Formats: sequence, structure tokens, C-alpha cells
Amino acid sequence: MKRWSFSNVMLWVGLAFIYLPMVILVIYSFNDSRLVTVWGGWSVRWYASLLDNTQLMGAVMRSLEIAFYTAIAAVALGTLAAFVLTRIPRFRGRTLFGGMVTAPLVMPEVITGLSLLLLFVAMAQLIGWPAERGMTTIWIAHTTFSSAYVAVVVMSRLRELDLSIEEAAMDLGAKPWKVFFLITMPMIAPSLVAGGMLAFALSLDDLVLASFVSGPGATTLPMEIFSAVRLGVKPDINAIASLILLVISLFTFLAWYFTRQAEERRRRSIQQMLDETRPQRDPRPQTA
Amino acid sequence: MNLAMLKRFLPSGRHVVIGIPFFWLLLFFLLPFVIVLKISFAEAEVAIPPYTEIFVWADNQLQILLNLGNYVFLSEDELYLLSYLSSLKIALVSTLLCLLIGYPMAYAMARASKQAQTILLMLIMMPTWTAILIRVYAWMGILANNGLLNSALMGIGLIDEPLQILNTNLAVYIGIVYSYLPFMVLPLYANLVKHDPTLLEAAADLGAGRIASFWRITVPLSRSGIIAGCMLVFIPVVGEFVIPELLGGPETLMIGKVLWQEFFNNRDWPVAASLAVVMLAILLIPIILFNRNQAKELEDKP
Repeated sequence: MKRWSFSNVMLWVGLAFIYLPMVILVIYSFNDSRLVTVWGGWSVRWYASLLDNTQLMGAVMRSLEIAFYTAIAAVALGTLAAFVLTRIPRFRGRTLFGGMVTAPLVMPEVITGLSLLLLFVAMAQLIGWPAERGMTTIWIAHTTFSSAYVAVVVMSRLRELDLSIEEAAMDLGAKPWKVFFLITMPMIAPSLVAGGMLAFALSLDDLVLASFVSGPGATTLPMEIFSAVRLGVKPDINAIASLILLVISLFTFLAWYFTRQAEERRRRSIQQMLDETRPQRDPRPQTA
Repeated sequence: MNLAMLKRFLPSGRHVVIGIPFFWLLLFFLLPFVIVLKISFAEAEVAIPPYTEIFVWADNQLQILLNLGNYVFLSEDELYLLSYLSSLKIALVSTLLCLLIGYPMAYAMARASKQAQTILLMLIMMPTWTAILIRVYAWMGILANNGLLNSALMGIGLIDEPLQILNTNLAVYIGIVYSYLPFMVLPLYANLVKHDPTLLEAAADLGAGRIASFWRITVPLSRSGIIAGCMLVFIPVVGEFVIPELLGGPETLMIGKVLWQEFFNNRDWPVAASLAVVMLAILLIPIILFNRNQAKELEDKP
């Protein structure tokens, strides 16, 4: 294969296109000058000034809290949905269910946001709940759309799994829930972690849904950033944006690293098992 | 797949397992659209909530007041029609741009060594996890009149006065392609990496050139990846709000922005709802196409 083929050049150009703006943003967050476009030497003053900005810090804490609960709920819900779609091939409404799991991936956020808000208003009129919109309603909105992403991640893992292990456990008399928690769960654990981190990041990032379903006093970090940057680039926003970039890259890297480690351990142990059992067994072809 | 065993053990648990996610999605994903449809037939009112009731129970009879005024209003004001058309155009052009840039990227990734693939995959994945808001914001500083790009171009003497890029449609295209490129690359890569290289070898043995075998083997085989990638870009972009708001100018008409303004600035919920209904109707075919494609992927077990 030629090293400088057209597609290889495109790959590097594309990666540069994706990463350069973020690198520039991080560099400029250390700019001492109050004018964001003039370089005035290195400084961390904008990071220090973040700590004094209580409004922004409050929004950060609120966003982190919502993201944390979203990650937990989305993993539970998304895993259930993925399990249903991969392990139960026929039930009434399966097509509808499959559609409802994948549609949030592409649904424009303004539509989802508006429709959820109208639902909450209608519910408040009808049953008196939610009496006030705020963190709970944002959490529901985030859980709904990020569980779709979790479902996709977990589904791809569940499909790869060798069903014979689960079947063997059930042949030996284990109850389905026990099989799920003792056999299936440990095998899909890396993708649960990855899915949870993805849900966390999605929730931390969302502006549109939160703007629609939030109420007075529940301003999340993206909403705070958005109202600030509407009018232009600001040095302290550069700093908080760089911090978010840092946190997310760290999370992504960890998720990637753990998935890879687990993958490698699994491959090695399967290989080991095969090596040990092969001589005694009849030479039946192994299914991967 | 032998699921007889699973089924035998799952009579009661089965309903719970299906029921929880089903009910949640029904309540928080599907039902809201029905309510949007309902509100789109209401009239705006200065009240809380700011719309009129459609079902009225009076004198022992149920009155249903369907007000088609919002839809008539949408069709009469040219602004809305132009916004829909311009959204579709922007989405179409940026989807094609993403495909043109993303396909070679995914192709190169799929042909890299296994070791390199995991690293490249992470590099492409990371931006999809990072706030679109922040990545778009990064471009504001670069594209501004006194921004980095203009300073650099003036510094090397290519231009004499700053180019107006920020707050134009060009900036919107840059922002969209930039933000959605990973969503195009990921499904394409997932598809291309599964291709059997022996097919290309066979084609080469039979005398096909590299370009011929690319167009007649690789591209047709990657059809479902192309569909998934294009839909993952096209559908959300039609309703995109953040990018046209931050990078676009007054000339940038996009329906997501119009809907936002109707809702937050004019506080006209019924008109916003009818805008959403029309947008959903336009996107219904692409969404169904995407869902079909995903369902097929799911059934094509390796």
C-alpha cells in the first residue's frame, strides 16, 4: 500500500481540520490580553477568575449533577433496550420499539426539546406533576435521548457475544436474571462504562433540550456559555471551554483505554483456553 | 440463535424487561409528538400555558376546536417557506461535503494497521463526545474579522483587508461540516472495515483497475454505511440551531433558528409547534430510511 495515497492524505488533513480549532482555543485561553484576538503573553488569570464567577460555578455544579444522574439512568435504560432488541427477536410492537430506540439519534434537537416541554406542560395541567420545571425535567430529557446512544453502544457488544455461554448457564438451571447479572453483565461491562461516559458527555454538552425544558433558576453550563458567547468571544469563556475540552478528552481516553485493555484480556484468555483444551477435544471448528 | 431456553424462563420477567424501556420511550419520546400535533391546532393566547384548549367540554358535548390558522399562516408568510428550503439546501450541501471528505478518511482508516485503527478510531470518536457548542465557539475566534485566519492571511500579504467570513453562510457550512464530519466517518469506517479484501484481489486478478474495483465493489458494498452516515448528518442539520445562530448572519435562514425565535422571542407556542410538525413531516422519509437501515444492520448478524 502506498503511504501517500489520496485517502491517507485526506485522513490527516481531516484530522488536522478537526483538531486545529480546539488546539487554538486552548492556546488562546492562556492569553494574558483582555482583547481575545491580540496575543499578550502567557497567563492563567482567566482560569483564576473562573473561581470568582459564582454564577458560572453554580452552573458547572448543576450540569455535573444532571450529567451524573443521566449517565446512571441512561445506562440502565439503554442496556435494557439493547437487551430487548438483541435477545428477544419477536414481540408485539418490536418494529415500533426499534424505531423509538434509533430515532432519537437523528431527531433534530429543537423538535425533541419543544415536544418534551409541551408534554411537561400538559402533564402539569393534568396530574400536577412536574409542578416546576428544572433539574428533574432536564434529567428526563437527557436520559431519553442519551439512552439511545447507550443502546447502540451496548447493542453492538451484545451482538458479538457468544450466546452459548448464556445458554449453558441456563441449561445448568440459572435463572435468567442471574444469568444476566453474573454472566452477561461482566462480559459487556466495558461497553456499559463507555456508554455511561458517553451519556455523561452528551448531557454535559446539551444546550437545546435544556433550554426548552428548564425552568427558572436551573441554568446549566451550556446555557450560561451560550448566553455569554452570543455577543462574541470572551477570555473567561475560552478558559472554561478549554477546561471542558480537557475533561472530555480525558474521559474519552480513559474509556478507550479500558475498553482496549478489557478487549485484550478477553482475547488472551480465550486464546489460552483454546490452547489448553484443544488437545483433549475433538477437532470441531470453534465459533468465534 | 437458540432462544427457546430464554423464552421458557422469561414468561413474567419478559414483560418487565420489555415494558420498562418501552413505556419510558412511549411516554417521553412518542407521546410528546402527539401533543405537539395537538398544540399546533391551538391558538396563541396570553395565558399560562400560552395556548387555547382544543377539546372543550360544554353543555354535555365535546367540542373539538381545530384551528388551521397556524398552517395557513406558515404558508402565507414567505419567510417560513424560504427557511425550510434554505435549511434543506444547507443540509444537502453539507452532507455531500461530509461524504466527500469523510469517505476517503474512513477508507484510509479501514486500511491502516490494527494498532493504528484503534488510535484513529479514538481520535475520530473524541470530537463526537465534545460539546458542539464549544467546537463552534472555537471557530468564532478563528473566523472573526480580526480573528486568526484573517490576521494570518493579511500577515502573509494574501489579502489587504479582512474577509467577512463570520456571520455568513460560508461560516455556517464550515461549522456544520466541522461538527458533523465524525458522524459521517464512524458508520462508514464500521462498514468499510468489514469488507473482505479477497474480493478486491479477485477483481484485480480478473483485470479490474484500482479505480474500477473501487467504484464497482467497495462503493456498492458500503451502501448501508453511506446511508447511515448521510442520515446521521442530514437529519439533525435540517433542524440545527446552535451553528446558524453563532456562525451565521441575518441572511442565514434555517428552520431551527426560526422555530427557536418563535418560541423564545415571540412566545408563540402554537406556531412553533406547527413549524415542528411540518419539519417532522419533511424529515419522516429520511428518518424511516435511517431506521430501516439500522434495523437491517441489526439483523445482518456476522
